[in-house]
Amino acid sequence: MSATPASGAPSAPEVPRAPLVVEFPFTRSLGPVQSAFLTGLRERTVLGVRTAGGRVLVPPVEYDPETSEEIGDLVQVGTAGTVTTWAWNPDPRRGQPLRTPFAWVLVRLDGADTGLLHALDAPGPDAVRTGMRVRVRWAQDRGGAITDIACFEPYENGDEGGGESGGGNREGGGGNRHTAGHAAGHAAGHAAGHGKAGGPANGEGRRVDPAAPGAGRRAAAGPRPHSGAFDDPVTGVVAPARLDYTYTPGRAQSRFINALAERRITGERCPSCRKVYVPPRGACPTCGVATSEQVGVGPRGTVTTFCIVNIKAKNLDIEVPYVYAHIALDGADLPLHARIAGIPYDRVRMGLRVEPVWTQGGRHPDHYRPTGEPDADYDTYRELL
Amino acid sequence: MPAKEPVAVVGVGQTKHVAARRDVSIAGLVREAARRALDDAALDWADIDAVVIGKAPDFFEGVMMPELYLADALGAVGKPLLRVHTAGSVGGSTALVAAGLVAARVHRTVLTLAFEKQSESNAMWGLSLPVPFQQPLLAGAGGFFAPHVRAYIRRSGAPGTVGSLVAYKDRRNALRNPYAHLHEHGITLEKVQSSPMLWDPIRYSETCPSSDGACAMVLADRAGASRAPYPPAWVHGGAMRSEPTLFAGKDFVSPQAGKDCAADVYRQAGITDPRREIDAVEMYVPFSWYEPMWLENLGFAAEGEGWKLTESGVTELGGDLPVNPSGGVLSTNPIGASGMIRFAEAVLQVRDRAGAHQVAGARKALGHAYGGGSQFFSMWLVGAGPPET
Repeated sequence: MSATPASGAPSAPEVPRAPLVVEFPFTRSLGPVQSAFLTGLRERTVLGVRTAGGRVLVPPVEYDPETSEEIGDLVQVGTAGTVTTWAWNPDPRRGQPLRTPFAWVLVRLDGADTGLLHALDAPGPDAVRTGMRVRVRWAQDRGGAITDIACFEPYENGDEGGGESGGGNREGGGGNRHTAGHAAGHAAGHAAGHGKAGGPANGEGRRVDPAAPGAGRRAAAGPRPHSGAFDDPVTGVVAPARLDYTYTPGRAQSRFINALAERRITGERCPSCRKVYVPPRGACPTCGVATSEQVGVGPRGTVTTFCIVNIKAKNLDIEVPYVYAHIALDGADLPLHARIAGIPYDRVRMGLRVEPVWTQGGRHPDHYRPTGEPDADYDTYRELL
Repeated sequence: MPAKEPVAVVGVGQTKHVAARRDVSIAGLVREAARRALDDAALDWADIDAVVIGKAPDFFEGVMMPELYLADALGAVGKPLLRVHTAGSVGGSTALVAAGLVAARVHRTVLTLAFEKQSESNAMWGLSLPVPFQQPLLAGAGGFFAPHVRAYIRRSGAPGTVGSLVAYKDRRNALRNPYAHLHEHGITLEKVQSSPMLWDPIRYSETCPSSDGACAMVLADRAGASRAPYPPAWVHGGAMRSEPTLFAGKDFVSPQAGKDCAADVYRQAGITDPRREIDAVEMYVPFSWYEPMWLENLGFAAEGEGWKLTESGVTELGGDLPVNPSGGVLSTNPIGASGMIRFAEAVLQVRDRAGAHQVAGARKALGHAYGGGSQFFSMWLVGAGPPET
């Protein structure tokens, strides 16, 4: 279908581009379970929940995915675990856990039945494999956030349990580490009386009763009940979000913007209903057909309605009060929106005749000001509010 | 067997709406409303066949596609979970999508829910994102709608005080609704009229608050209705319409899509004289002047006459056509949930379960929502008795 402009526009109009950044520090109210989880991280304690079916979910959820019931049964799991799958990230971006290339990993912490997503600090992809043992590297400064875990680090000689201080509890050769890690999780499940079928029995010898005196560091591997209570719990977090776009306004808007650079205001006429759209969108929203015929409008126009803004918006650098007006430019069939100045705000009225005021280098009229003409009659603009 | 299954609302649940529910996560918030709706219907999670959820733009909490993570909280595992989005009208359109699933006999019992946790973000920011090459001008929803209010005042010749009458009425109604966000015990007309002008002609007290809240309903077929412990409300008609935000000839004061939507609902429900046949209205009034504007758009008054119903007290709780007996959006505005609260409050009226804000003897009630730049409309009409088939 032909979209050749009837007049005015060059065959390959310059399409402007500009960065568009959308960012906001969203706040999160955590609720009891996430509060316990994040406060626990601050205290170098990893908590999960035990479902009615006996599975231990880390990170914890508030509601049982199988029964839909509320879960309040918190348990503490180990700080070492086993990588269940991974992907190498060769080019870390802003805000990611590490600045150097790292592996995204799912880690099943000892005592847990699910994987926790985090970063693994490893020299390269050859150093990462499914089944490898890893442990938490805690952040120096912890405030109750997932970033309290700085990342995971390889812990190939680390048995189930321990983890954070490492080294002191190694036993046996490297060959059975994988099996041991799996077995620990299943054994823990059995110990709690909720075991799933199919767990290898050869981990039996490693099972440790966490309640037994002198059970030692490995006791941490078993999912022990935990009250979730901490002093000064974290109840909310700030979750900054940022989206980086490259914005291009499209052909119709680009023609409009390029004309504005020459201080001309142009609309486009619908070939079907003959209405003139300003600013143009390249199509008529009522008829659903492309528009291409360029029509010069204004520069004068009529204020059809307005409001006086007395409240300062967070992201607008405009002093209040100011007048936000709908202006029907002469020759346009719907109003555009602009600021009125050059007249006390409380003297702006419907029907006021205005014209654009351009500033050096501005991409659009800075504002509109009264022309001094008599006010337009209501009947001339009543359909253009 | 009728072509469509009659749809009954057998359960309604809301949270106590407040400025910030810092004690619960989003999951905890929706859970609370859903649980109350199930309790009202004497049902449990396993009784629900499908879940239909709605909320306003994701920017309002910064959680993209929150429905994904809310499946557990809503008992949706192993069931269809749909999300609806039509900006501020979403609570209404969400309920209508759910009703359609029952009417079409796709599902027998559907949980529908809408929420917003506005405290996690800033809606004014979310609605005023700057766009490159465009002049940043717009100051939130109030700045967008205030010029249309001025246009209505000019067109109708309404006295400047009508907006304050609406706000005064709705805030007093809210005092009778334990779930309403704003409970302004010392409210007076003078206080409304002397509150600061924000977006002239809209005053502070004529605007809606920013709320955290959720609303849920359980919809069922005839068999489900017969098992319900309390009287159900029956859906007699429901419709949605949309139109572009801006187009040549758009009437922002009384959008065509709103008129068409209401006409469709009345046709389905056999309503020929809405002013006489409808006993209570819950309409989406985020800025007080929208009451007289919608009274005209919805056919309760002739063009230019809506403000006379407000001024003469017809829309008061004790009036002939009570509008927003719950206190309305002016008293409670978890944006995504606000439309569903209108629908649910209409339900409570015909079930005779609205408590202290009950309209005596209400048999037919209209729930109404709109959203975007007056571009999405959703409405339903519910009755105390089943629809004639």
